[in-house]
Amino acid sequence: MSSITKKASSPSASGGLSPNKTINLKGEVCPYTFVKTKLALEEMSVGEVLEVIVDHEPAVENVPRSIQNEGQKVLAVEKLNDTGGATTWRLVIKKEKD
Amino acid sequence: MDFSEEQIKRYSRHIILPEVGGRGQKKLLKSKVFLVGAGGLGCPAAYYLAAAGVGKLGIADGDDVDHSNLQRQILHSTKDVGYPKALSAKATLEALNPDVEVVPFMHRLNSENIMDIIKDYDVILDGSDNFPTRYLVNDACVLLKKPLSHGSIFRFEGQVTTILPGEGPCYRCLFESPPPPGMVPSCQEAGVLGVLPGVIGVIQATEVIKLLLGKGQLLKGQLLLYNAFTMEFKKVKIRWNPQCPVCGENPTIKELVDYQEFCQVHF
Repeated sequence: MSSITKKASSPSASGGLSPNKTINLKGEVCPYTFVKTKLALEEMSVGEVLEVIVDHEPAVENVPRSIQNEGQKVLAVEKLNDTGGATTWRLVIKKEKD
Repeated sequence: MDFSEEQIKRYSRHIILPEVGGRGQKKLLKSKVFLVGAGGLGCPAAYYLAAAGVGKLGIADGDDVDHSNLQRQILHSTKDVGYPKALSAKATLEALNPDVEVVPFMHRLNSENIMDIIKDYDVILDGSDNFPTRYLVNDACVLLKKPLSHGSIFRFEGQVTTILPGEGPCYRCLFESPPPPGMVPSCQEAGVLGVLPGVIGVIQATEVIKLLLGKGQLLKGQLLLYNAFTMEFKKVKIRWNPQCPVCGENPTIKELVDYQEFCQVHF
């Protein structure tokens, strides 16, 4: 299950990158993690930053690799310290190419 | 439009492709393709166009399903024998993909009705099995400046070309007029390897999808020849003919022609 939320520039825990949009892809597996990341970026403008939250471990490598192949820039890949539940990661991607 | 969860899954292998993506997929969903014939070529072509999510498919076929069709016409089943091919095609295609609207035409295309029927479609795919229809469709597409995928088959051999009126040669640039009735044997007399139209029809569908996406190279000014027996593909160049009676510099054909039917048996 995924949900898409528009975020006003809220400073994140690290990197000081403020995403224009965040998508929560917890529960999604490959290739849909990439598919939904790509679809979200298609709707954004060049220069904007997308934050993607995933909990499917292979996606942590696959999504950045595939999205770079499409000419987009991966700004950060970080493990988030969740209390309790499964491990989640945060991918920060800048749209470079329309 | 936003994709539903089901559409994201259904079209994910397209969306992943850099040359398609979500935007290309949306283009396909908004596209309209008209198929002439729901036979050997039209069936595989329509099946893949529907699977690809081409939003609207018009299908013209005046015939009913016959047992002799089932060796190659993959939209029809044994239970469909005796039932109009256009309706049988619609049922199979809509079962495959509910995103696709299939508009069946059960009348034979002629000079009176074709322009009106095809005018709102983006691309025409000719899978007809007879010369009167082939020339009628070519001329109508030239007059309307509609892109046309031509395919034809005979025994073990098939050919495909993509006609872009105003940009490249048309079918009449290649063969100016139909052969005299009775000179060319029909499928019924000549036979056809069942799998052959699958290959040719799917190449036609490939051309149509690239046309709709605006991506890749097309068989414009090229005739692709396939021999299933020797398993050889060949491409020959075809040139625009300035003397072409329909797309040349001084066209003599300004209205559509109904040529005489060659054979009373339709497929």
